[in-house]
Amino acid sequence: MDPIALYIHWPFCLAKCPYCDFNSHVRAELPQQRFRAALSRELAYEAARVGRRRLISIFFGGGTPSLMAPETVACLIAEAKSYFIPAEDLEVTLEANPTSAERGRFAAFREAGVNRLSLGVQSLNEEALRFLGRQHNVAEALAAMELGRTLFPRFSFDLIYARPGQTLAAWRAELTEALGLTADHISLYQLTIEPGTVFAKAHRSGAFRLPEPEEAVAFYVTTGEIAAAFGLEAYEVSNYARPGAESRHNLAYWRYHDYIGIGPGAHGRLSLPEGRIATLRQRSPEIWLERVERDGHANLEEAALSPLESAREMMLMGLRLREGVNIERLAQRTGVSLGEVVDGEVLRTAVAEGYLEWEGTHLRATDAGRLRLDALLAALLV
Amino acid sequence: MTETPIERIRNFAIIAHIDHGKSTLADRLIQATGALPLREMTEQVLDSMELERERGITIKAQTVRLTYRAKDNQTYELNLMDTPGHVDFAYEVSRSLAACEGSLLVVDASQGVEAQTLANAYQAIEAGHEILPVLNKIDLPAADPERVRRQIEEVIGLDASDALLISAKTGQGIDDVLEALVHRLPPPRGDSAAPLKALIVDSWYDPYLGVIALVRVKDGRLKRGQRVRMMSTGAVHTVEQVGVFTPKMQPVDDLGPGEIGYITAAIKTVADCRVGDTITDDRNPASEPLPGFKPSVPVVWCGLYPVDADDFEKLRDSLAKLRLNDASFHFEPETSSALGFGFRCGFLGLLHLEIIQERLRREFDLDLIATAPSVVYRIYRTNGQVQELHNPADMPDGSVIDHIEEPWIKATIMVPDDYLGAVLQLCNERRGQQVDLTYVGNRAMVVYRLPLNEVVFDFYDKLKSVSRGYASFDYQLDGYSESDLVRVSILVNGEPVDALSFITHRSAAENRGRAICQKLKDLIPRQLFKIPIQAAIGGKVIARETISALAKDVTAKCYGGDITRKRKLLEKQKAGKKRMRQFGKVEIPQSAFLAALKV
Repeated sequence: MDPIALYIHWPFCLAKCPYCDFNSHVRAELPQQRFRAALSRELAYEAARVGRRRLISIFFGGGTPSLMAPETVACLIAEAKSYFIPAEDLEVTLEANPTSAERGRFAAFREAGVNRLSLGVQSLNEEALRFLGRQHNVAEALAAMELGRTLFPRFSFDLIYARPGQTLAAWRAELTEALGLTADHISLYQLTIEPGTVFAKAHRSGAFRLPEPEEAVAFYVTTGEIAAAFGLEAYEVSNYARPGAESRHNLAYWRYHDYIGIGPGAHGRLSLPEGRIATLRQRSPEIWLERVERDGHANLEEAALSPLESAREMMLMGLRLREGVNIERLAQRTGVSLGEVVDGEVLRTAVAEGYLEWEGTHLRATDAGRLRLDALLAALLV
Repeated sequence: MTETPIERIRNFAIIAHIDHGKSTLADRLIQATGALPLREMTEQVLDSMELERERGITIKAQTVRLTYRAKDNQTYELNLMDTPGHVDFAYEVSRSLAACEGSLLVVDASQGVEAQTLANAYQAIEAGHEILPVLNKIDLPAADPERVRRQIEEVIGLDASDALLISAKTGQGIDDVLEALVHRLPPPRGDSAAPLKALIVDSWYDPYLGVIALVRVKDGRLKRGQRVRMMSTGAVHTVEQVGVFTPKMQPVDDLGPGEIGYITAAIKTVADCRVGDTITDDRNPASEPLPGFKPSVPVVWCGLYPVDADDFEKLRDSLAKLRLNDASFHFEPETSSALGFGFRCGFLGLLHLEIIQERLRREFDLDLIATAPSVVYRIYRTNGQVQELHNPADMPDGSVIDHIEEPWIKATIMVPDDYLGAVLQLCNERRGQQVDLTYVGNRAMVVYRLPLNEVVFDFYDKLKSVSRGYASFDYQLDGYSESDLVRVSILVNGEPVDALSFITHRSAAENRGRAICQKLKDLIPRQLFKIPIQAAIGGKVIARETISALAKDVTAKCYGGDITRKRKLLEKQKAGKKRMRQFGKVEIPQSAFLAALKV
């Protein structure tokens, strides 16, 4: 049976960041106990149908999971371990924000079994932090990074770049400073405007401008060069790691392994005896809670994936990785051959143009191809 | 309405260069004679189409009967024909003139004689008209009636010593115009007892009444209930209604010699009621028809395609409806690999083309793509056959062509001296041959022979821009001549786009090909791969541009929660692409198409 990864969504934040389109909500009062019980119930529900598989990763994402009670985290980890066969190197990641209140709980999370911290630093520039609507300042970020790196065996953080008005030189300095504070993994996201966010509205009204495509390319290329200079390889479009330090949880997504998603708005991909399914939970925390308490789960949608849909997903995720897609595994996993999921003429042209290349059984996007991956996928996939 | 004796009828046209105040004068005359109550006066009453009012042009000839009590205490019937001012509709002008005995030649007293003043005046002279020069806009500070009076005498050769000085805007001099019409124009001649002869001046379709024919009675009487015969076809109809325009339609008992009015006779299509035909009495027919008109021939053709392929039927029906009212416009189905199913349409000129397109958009709510306008070429094949070519895409292979002829025009351009150099340069660039150059004061009058092909592409716009709007222009067709013409194909990503191919003189091929390639390069969004855009004559590439590949297009964050959305987006894009006009792997957006077609 396929190994499995577990995603647990904590949908609450202290404040909604203007760029964020994730399923996050701000609530004055959090019924921690009820949420813990409900997450436990959904976990039990999914565990019962996927069977006792090897568990390779648990990921607490959000929202802001560092607002969870550490006991809730401990309890869910313990339950997951009991339902599945935990891998020896089981990766347990928790996303955290660097405010001092949250920093105070890092030790308790470590205690609870979290072995990888992913810190939402976003910037080491005060003005940028304010623009991004973050609740922390630079000093808090630096303190949280220091503590995270000391407390957890593995540590990663996020930065957002190509911000309005940011020069390439300023970003180079900021990134160099950040990488000097060490991490074996870092996620570096070019600022993008997501529909429905505060930034989307502001951007539409002309409140700020994003870099032109050529400038965006320069930012991206420079980012890769600096990361490489620190020994971090771009193993995915926006993720950089020392060899071996890649996020196993995220690799499960990109390599198209099975994953369970529990909590409000969480997505899952499960291979069941009757076929591959995509799961989606109720997005509203309150409705999710009610449904779980009533039914044991809060499925909003549970869709069977056709072999071709699975193959499309495997391609669109896999080509984000530097290693590319293992074509033999594509056929095994989805029952669809490469020739059935891509347009042969586009494939040939893309190889000829230097956007795609073969490496053994892997089809992978070159640096040039990854820069244009969305357009490439749109043309390539049938 | 009581019968007016023929001596008290005056039929007159108003002719003028565009914007010299023709329609405003018509309005004033209508107002002054009380034909319309003040409250029903809207600006430019006779331009009834929304489009006409908006553009300040008259498209269809219009007529109105005015009843005028002159200073001699007699009541006169004045029939006014308003005529189109634009060169495209010269044909309609000549028809209107044939229904009248005299013309008011309106000239803007600040602008002076312009190209269409000249062209229209000559037409009126040819029609044997008594011409009354009218200097309009004398209220303007820049008005110089003396200078313009001299111009009329020098350029046109008309006696302008008693030209009327008026301001149609303020109403000044309008009474003088009415008196002059009565005293200086001749009454029509005709024999009331002779067999009926009535000229069909125009005809159009009305959804309630069927075809309405605008007629000028020469001899005899035209009555309601009369059995009439179309002399060219022999078709017989019973007249249902006889009337005049006041300008509203007003039935009368009959129309006698010299009168202008309309009839309806349950005629289904305008084709059954040919303009220029003579109507006679079925029981007592005339022996000879009146001299008719030369049929109008479309000189500019273009393809019209619905943006939404589902609108093809609607386009066909709409074209048919427009054709009911405008027999000068032609259409036939054609297909294009780029644009799908559409129609090849023929027009009297570029303005006519624009107007038809605009009406299709407005009145029929159609979204259209128009291919580049083309003239009618004559292909002489090596086997002796002659082919009229309306569509560049149909051009046969060079090996079977002996030679090609293209239509030429004779253009008259009037321009202030300051801009003469620029105008001559423009004409020479367009392969023009100078025929004449004379001066009228500080204005030059240039006559050029030009290939029509060079005129249909933005010549008029260019002329306006090099002369800062001061040049005026008129033309008439001037036969066919052999030329070194080639067809240029436009290839996007190696695939020819038939709708963009064009025929041009060899010397202009490269420039225009390059301009289209550049336009496409600017307007086709960057795509995954770089895209070559080429212009070619046969297999030989004469211009090339490359659209570089898009720089960056990748989602920054894509994790477990994003897969579904990402996949669905891709699937939606795929479905959308199937409906797009694609060339190989290239999507050409509508805007790029339209812009390239305008080059």
